[in-house]
Amino acid sequence: MSRKLPKKDVVIIGLGWTGSIIANELTDESLDVIAIERGPWRDTPTDFPVNYMQDELRYHIRHELFLRPDQTTFTFRNKMSQTALPIRTWGAFMPPNGVGGGGVHWNAETWRFLPSDFVLKTHLTERYGAAFLPDDMTIQDWGVTYNDLEPHYDQFEYLCGTSGTAGNLNGQIQPGGNPFEGPRSRPYPNPAQKQGFGHTLYGKAAQELGYKPFPQPSGNMSQAYTNPLGLRMGQCTYCGFCEWFGCGNYSKASPQTTILPVLIRKPNFSVRDNAEVTRINLDRSGKRATGVTFVDTSGEEWEQPADLVILAAFSIFNVQLLMLSKIGQPYDPIANTGVIGRNFTHQTMSSVDGFFDKSKFNFNPFIASGAIGMVIDEFNGDNFDHSPLGFVGGGYLAYGQTNGRPITTTPTPPDTPKWGAQWKQAVRDNYLSTISGADVHGSMYSYRDVYLDLDPIYKDRFGRPLMRMTIDFHDNELKAAAYLTDKLDGIVKAMGANQTHKKPRKGPYDITTYQTTHLNGGAVMGADPKTSAINRYLQSWDVPNLFVMGASAFPQNAGYNPTGTVAALAFWSAAAIREQYLKNPGPLVHA
Amino acid sequence: MRSIAKSTVGMMLGAVVPWLAATAPGFSSSPDGQAFEQIQKGHYLANAADCFACHTQREGGKPFAGGRPIETPFGNITSPNITPDNETGIGAWTDNQFVRAVREGRGRDGSRLYPAMPYTSYTKMSRDDVLAIRAYLKTIQPVHRAVQSNTLPFPFNIRAVMRVWDALYFTPGEFKPDPKKSAVWNRGAFLVEGPGHCSACHTPKSFLGGDDTDAWLGGGKLQGWFAPDITGGMRQGLGSWTVSDIATYLKTGHNGITAATGPMAEEVLDSTSKLNDSDRMAMATYLRSLPSHSDQSAPKPAEQPVMVAGQAIYRDECSACHGLEGKGTPQLFPALAHSSIARADDPSTAIRLVLRGVRSVATKDEPTAPGMPSFGWQLNDAQVAAVLTYIGNTWNNAAAPVTADQVKQARKLLSLRNE
Repeated sequence: MSRKLPKKDVVIIGLGWTGSIIANELTDESLDVIAIERGPWRDTPTDFPVNYMQDELRYHIRHELFLRPDQTTFTFRNKMSQTALPIRTWGAFMPPNGVGGGGVHWNAETWRFLPSDFVLKTHLTERYGAAFLPDDMTIQDWGVTYNDLEPHYDQFEYLCGTSGTAGNLNGQIQPGGNPFEGPRSRPYPNPAQKQGFGHTLYGKAAQELGYKPFPQPSGNMSQAYTNPLGLRMGQCTYCGFCEWFGCGNYSKASPQTTILPVLIRKPNFSVRDNAEVTRINLDRSGKRATGVTFVDTSGEEWEQPADLVILAAFSIFNVQLLMLSKIGQPYDPIANTGVIGRNFTHQTMSSVDGFFDKSKFNFNPFIASGAIGMVIDEFNGDNFDHSPLGFVGGGYLAYGQTNGRPITTTPTPPDTPKWGAQWKQAVRDNYLSTISGADVHGSMYSYRDVYLDLDPIYKDRFGRPLMRMTIDFHDNELKAAAYLTDKLDGIVKAMGANQTHKKPRKGPYDITTYQTTHLNGGAVMGADPKTSAINRYLQSWDVPNLFVMGASAFPQNAGYNPTGTVAALAFWSAAAIREQYLKNPGPLVHA
Repeated sequence: MRSIAKSTVGMMLGAVVPWLAATAPGFSSSPDGQAFEQIQKGHYLANAADCFACHTQREGGKPFAGGRPIETPFGNITSPNITPDNETGIGAWTDNQFVRAVREGRGRDGSRLYPAMPYTSYTKMSRDDVLAIRAYLKTIQPVHRAVQSNTLPFPFNIRAVMRVWDALYFTPGEFKPDPKKSAVWNRGAFLVEGPGHCSACHTPKSFLGGDDTDAWLGGGKLQGWFAPDITGGMRQGLGSWTVSDIATYLKTGHNGITAATGPMAEEVLDSTSKLNDSDRMAMATYLRSLPSHSDQSAPKPAEQPVMVAGQAIYRDECSACHGLEGKGTPQLFPALAHSSIARADDPSTAIRLVLRGVRSVATKDEPTAPGMPSFGWQLNDAQVAAVLTYIGNTWNNAAAPVTADQVKQARKLLSLRNE
């Protein structure tokens, strides 16, 4: 039997980016809010101190900040015909754990999706005809538009102190910015980061090829910043320990640097860390959440009643908790019915290494920052004509020097032995004069046979089925990867590389090699309850006092990093709760 | 909440309470809840005097219900309950007893208090001031909680020994404005010397724990910290700070130079952040006017090899936040080039910050509360000494070199402290 705690107005599952945003918004409404976080409390000086945080072995190789697969994991297979096996070491993505969530260990690329990304199905059908899309592709419109989200993108960028150059200010195209972006209502709060030698060279080469390069929007501070909550951030020191690491210098936007110091001092906010929510409880009607049940590290089970439940865990855990709580109809790929688990996507990452004459080029790769770099957006979304190409989707092409770390950033030409004296010599020869990881940040659209469900064999420590991922690349994505990688290769060659090494993403989907941590979908938003789990305000169609944050809402992925959109959706949803739901609790959209 | 059934006598007397109190010793006047001006004034002065800090237990203690151990060089004293509870608080005290306790350091029965209760400063407040505090304290929630205050070891637990101490170190008497100075200066002097009791920490103490008045506010050691020189001295004091730098620090705990940590963090949070801007400016004006007591000439410079090692460590470990030029980032990372902690001849606080790390204060205006990690596990005694010597003798700083032995001693002392 679980022990019952005093009722709260709001219980939030997970205290990462979206949990922190929504907690801050709802405590401003004087609601009594509690967040329940599976992992530990983490803060800058105590958990990411400058004097040991830059430890590649500890944080990158040994996954210090991430969920331990012993606590919970997933099973994986490529095809429906296969038997899935449990993931025992993280590879293709890194599930976050602990306060701050993925906001602790991201690189801080802070993008907005294109206006056409939100109406993708309509847009592509209108432009190319329905027959142009593969039969089993299940892309759909989001039910929300870029214009709906613009004020909330803006909110997040100002919260974070995003450094960038506007490309479209209220419809006016701006020099030096991304001409393809949707109109923004005001410039970025901070100027773009200063670009290193390699980035400058990439920008110059791209320009000479006729593209319009611009600096990547970055949550690494180009200068000291004070955000609207009064929180101070310091200038990035270009140490090159962003992704996989927490920032010890208060220079990377994270819940810790931009929200939590204010949130945790509010008397109407509390948090329980090291407490894993095991289910969302429903009343007998099954249409109303009564709170959540969680387990502490002693194995004690507790019930936290609340009027409003916010599911704000990492995307795939959101889906898992919905399934285990029996909320919404599980997706069945054969009958093509149900929504929970449907339209699961990841990313299609490709890259190019460029090897340069070491007597002429020195990129000093260790002068680095997570989201620095120059980008072109000519081949993203539907910014280019796909008719002759036979695929849809795209991605941005970027060169960003994110790190020169000694264990994993030792690029060598393709014919080099993997170890021994020759390898060592090749590392010496190439370390300073190589562009490593110029990348294609490719979209991944949704398909009928890429989905999440409960594994029939493997169980977690509570005896509950593990979540099963069924995911593979489809031809559409692989064609796009090949095409975009060629374009990127052209830019790297134009920079003056003697030799390039093209690495277009190839199938089958590999669970052991890191791509990104951008797992999306599974509980998608939309206008139709038959094809979406939540409405345009992220409110569950089935349980109206449950809102589901995060990238699990994405009907398909775009060719960008998701955090900007995840956060904009959280602010958008918070506004709907504050302005509509609290006045009249109940469904905000009647289907 | 206070009981509604307050004495009707008190309600009728409201406005005439001060007169009654002054003329009828022993009469427990009971200002009613309508004595708005007096209660407001008392609340403000209670903040200025930081009664809350000592008289409230950390972590969930009820306001003013006492029970917080106050560390002194002679042992711990536990703060008493000053809520208006009749039995365990001061509800049954007469006004005279209260005034005598605050301004003369006497308990209800006339026995002598220990100067952990800073009556040596509070004596500068007028009887009216103290009665206003009393009026305010009567409005807070009574808490029934008996506290054993005198927890000192023998022989210090014998209160009679305080007779000698008072004779040596206690000058009773209300603050007298200096007619030659401005009203602002005098207001600042009153707040600093009186309710603010800054000297309790910032003035060095004799072996008996009395103020060394020759070094008034010249910096003092307490509870494992060195409270820096806050006179207007250029080398060690606040001489290079503007009045506004000081006032901003008192308001927010942060300014372009430094951040409040340790006991000062508490002080800012509970006291100076709650004062008004003109009073903070007045305190700053007064402090900056104070003459320095320390030698303004630079001490003998450190030896070159130490400075070279210190610089290397500084660049590796410190410069990412504090900057190669020691300028830091305003309100976030202290500017060591202007820090009175870095300049102090007594390096206790500087050593402690490096060994232990520290969290700065969060206030309404500066909620970030940036922290510095501990380097004690990473740098050995000689390395800590070298980097502090470098910081203390670079840019415009000129402090005595820090020795490895000082770091070793500090490490030993800090290992016994768990706060």
